[in-house]
Amino acid sequence: MIFETVIGLEVHLQLRTNTKIFCGCANQFGESPNTRTCPVCLGLPGSLPVFNAKALEYALKTGLALNCEINPQFKFDRKNYFYPDLTKAYQISQFDQPVCRQGELIIPGDGGAAKKIRINRAHLEEDAGKLIHDDARNCSLADYNRAGTPLLEIVTEPDLRSSQEAYEYLRILKLTLSYLDVSDCDMEKGSLRCDANVSIRAPGDAKLGTKTELKNMNSFKAVKAAIDYEVNRQRAVILGGQRVVQETRLWDENKAMTFSMRSKEEAHDYRYFPEPDLPLVTVPEEVVEEMRQTLPELPQAKMERFTQTYGISVYDAGVLAQDRLTAGFFEQCAALYPEAKKICNWLNGDVLKEMNERKITVAASTLQPEDLVDLIRKIEEGAVSQLKAKDVLKIMLDSGKNCSAIIAEQGWGQVSNDEELLKIAQQALADNPATVAQIREGKLSAIGFLVGQAMQKSGGKANPKKIKELIEKNLQAGADGKPF
Amino acid sequence: MNLHTLTAHALQELLLNRQVSPADIYRAVRGQIDLVEKKVGAFARLAPAPDFNGLADKPFPIPVALKDNLCISGQETTCASKILTGFRPPYDATVVRRLKEAGALIIGQANMDEFAFGSSTESSCYGPTKNPWDLTRVPGGSSGGAAAAVAAHETIWALGSDTGGSIRQPAAFCGIVGLKPTYGRVSRYGLIAFASSLDQIGPMTKDVTDAARLLKIIAGHDPLDATSVDLPVPDYTQSLRCEVKGMRVGIPREYFIAGLDPEVAEAVTAAIAVLKKQGAQIVDISLPHTPYAVATYYIVATAEASSNLGRYDGVRYGRRVRPPEIRQTPIIDMFEETRDQGFGEEAKRRIMLGTYALSAGYYDAYYLKGLKVRTLIKRDFDQAFQTVDAIVTPTAPTTAFKIGEKTADPLSMYLSDIYTISANLSGIPAISLPCGFSQAGLPIGLQIMAKPFAEETLFRVAFAYEQATGWHKRVCQI
Repeated sequence: MIFETVIGLEVHLQLRTNTKIFCGCANQFGESPNTRTCPVCLGLPGSLPVFNAKALEYALKTGLALNCEINPQFKFDRKNYFYPDLTKAYQISQFDQPVCRQGELIIPGDGGAAKKIRINRAHLEEDAGKLIHDDARNCSLADYNRAGTPLLEIVTEPDLRSSQEAYEYLRILKLTLSYLDVSDCDMEKGSLRCDANVSIRAPGDAKLGTKTELKNMNSFKAVKAAIDYEVNRQRAVILGGQRVVQETRLWDENKAMTFSMRSKEEAHDYRYFPEPDLPLVTVPEEVVEEMRQTLPELPQAKMERFTQTYGISVYDAGVLAQDRLTAGFFEQCAALYPEAKKICNWLNGDVLKEMNERKITVAASTLQPEDLVDLIRKIEEGAVSQLKAKDVLKIMLDSGKNCSAIIAEQGWGQVSNDEELLKIAQQALADNPATVAQIREGKLSAIGFLVGQAMQKSGGKANPKKIKELIEKNLQAGADGKPF
Repeated sequence: MNLHTLTAHALQELLLNRQVSPADIYRAVRGQIDLVEKKVGAFARLAPAPDFNGLADKPFPIPVALKDNLCISGQETTCASKILTGFRPPYDATVVRRLKEAGALIIGQANMDEFAFGSSTESSCYGPTKNPWDLTRVPGGSSGGAAAAVAAHETIWALGSDTGGSIRQPAAFCGIVGLKPTYGRVSRYGLIAFASSLDQIGPMTKDVTDAARLLKIIAGHDPLDATSVDLPVPDYTQSLRCEVKGMRVGIPREYFIAGLDPEVAEAVTAAIAVLKKQGAQIVDISLPHTPYAVATYYIVATAEASSNLGRYDGVRYGRRVRPPEIRQTPIIDMFEETRDQGFGEEAKRRIMLGTYALSAGYYDAYYLKGLKVRTLIKRDFDQAFQTVDAIVTPTAPTTAFKIGEKTADPLSMYLSDIYTISANLSGIPAISLPCGFSQAGLPIGLQIMAKPFAEETLFRVAFAYEQATGWHKRVCQI
């Protein structure tokens, strides 16, 4: 029996503001427990929240990048529940008037075509603290440094149809967000967290199946795996003649399974009501427009422009757009040097490879656009071989020196001197009489082998084009004295 | 000279003329406390002796009592609840900071109903405060300790908080002046919340002049309270002129109904006549949604309170009770045990009421409806203030009742705030000042209300009345 999978995602995004959402504490990770706290984020009696304008700015940026409508006026609400990591026994959140609603994100769908995923809403709220369970001492420790970190919860409509689409949604969302510089988007660090609502139904069925909510996935891959597991589980439940139970399930990474956490009956009644400590927030149209103007060019638009302006392939443009700063680096190079395709090949090829090995980005490295363009020019001028240029790049990255200096120091200047090259070519013919004989019998493709031998002899420094010419010429002339 | 019986403004003059020192005043007040506190029980706890150095340039180096829900850095502050036992705030409430900057000498933290839930100061974990005018009677509440302390001259002035009448009703019961400022006039930062959309801190003083001066010290915008309003604070002493001629004073007919003690009605009627005699124009008005005020209040206020009191869970501060056995999970059992033992009866009642009003399936019928009626009540006042400058009513329907008289009947207790609740629901300022005494010698309070941020109007009318009558000069014998 065939089922259709239906998925909606809820992404919690920690916003990278300097201070927390409702107090002046530094919004920082990795500090000693409870050192980034104050009466407000600790929820001490008598303390009051004050809304951080920067959090609003980041929310607006994100909303606009996701094509959302911005609510001209919104409120905060209290979501009440008891848990030791929640200092006030309520989370300040947004219930029925989110800051952003009705947006969309275009992803590569399962069929390969672009697919529009509708965003239901994005709302602001505060993060809770963290509990550390100390089994040795049989107690729990609470760290409230994270309490009050601004969160934007981005909720999709149930538009995703496979775990792969869910993965693509997360990938494109993260890419888009990285352009806005509003969040670290690091699932392992918890700055991006994702819950998945999963259900299955018979294809063509208008009604949604009973969903389960999956939590506790700490990577995009885990989201994909959890959904796959859950779809199979639900399928087995239905095929076994039973009904899927609406519940929250936790993903266990080690066991690669989901486990029931609580059923619908056990679900909290959050008793939402308007937060009386915070006035309504109005977002004037001018502010929204101003924010729209400051939005950077987003990945999709950048890719399209790159293919049109620079004549590079959609694939290449896509690779460049994976990182906003690399894309910017590419454009800086392209302004210095006309052959964008060559720049792109270097950036997406050797440069990317070297960066990955060093686990840094182009922007974080010492490499300047001028350096890369210099190197390409040196190859073009024949001052260094394509092969040696790769080594030059490595040394450039490690030492920060410019390429001319490296070529000179290493003695890697390409040999273009005819006399020297002629010697090398003749030597290659002399060393490989059998190959020469084959060529003379008509197997012209073996010339390549001779060129390779000559290049090796030169330590890669010979100009391969000239070497080939000279070998061909000498074969004709019969350098060994015999007619060709 | 009995310094403790004087007003702050009288003492300020003596201080300016170097006739007394802050230490003299402090000693006089402490002497009175030694004399009467055992009988009155106005304080939750007394403050350590202040530092008298560096007070020379301070405008008000005068003893002040603070209701036990105002955070004082390093001093235990409990809202008269067992659940906050041992809680020492690491910070000063904004009003406390402003008082300290003015040189105030904190004399002690005044008793109150637990978490300000009550109208009699009987629900305090420290036991009831007695009315200095009759020690068998309640001082009103919830700021009953502060009112009794002022009336018994155990402080020169005090700060209380008012969510539904908690400054004005005890002021009326104890024969002093109590002011609830406009919502947003005074920062709530550091006031341990009861109902956030209704709470305001205000002065409790021996006369109207002191109320004007104390309000000036504590009022003004505070970046730490997003609901505090950024409006300049006028010099309220400019309003202390006996000029009510031509002012239009509204008398809402819905306030003179069954349940109003005839002696109170008589005193208030006489007070209205005094204002009329001074040239005020008395206008009969209607505030038609008044009958719904108490019900609306007990939905909105308890809903907010149920949420505000969630944080007392034993995890971070205050009392924690280890469950004797594990029934559900260790943490849930600890929450339940802590809250069961930490909260008193009235606190539990209100938490349950508020939780119910916000629950799925009941929200629309209770909380949302409450908000709508609240809007209608506010509209009543908006309309009334289009034709009148001030509204005059009784503060409470009766004089101080007997200790224990209403504790078994919460509804009759709730009705004690019937005239004061509307000002909180609509956010307007209101003052209570003495307007006479019953035959039993119990004080009666007159309430004056004005439109938002028109505290100056309150002071003008109140001052004119006070100067014409002099009820505030009567001193109780303990």
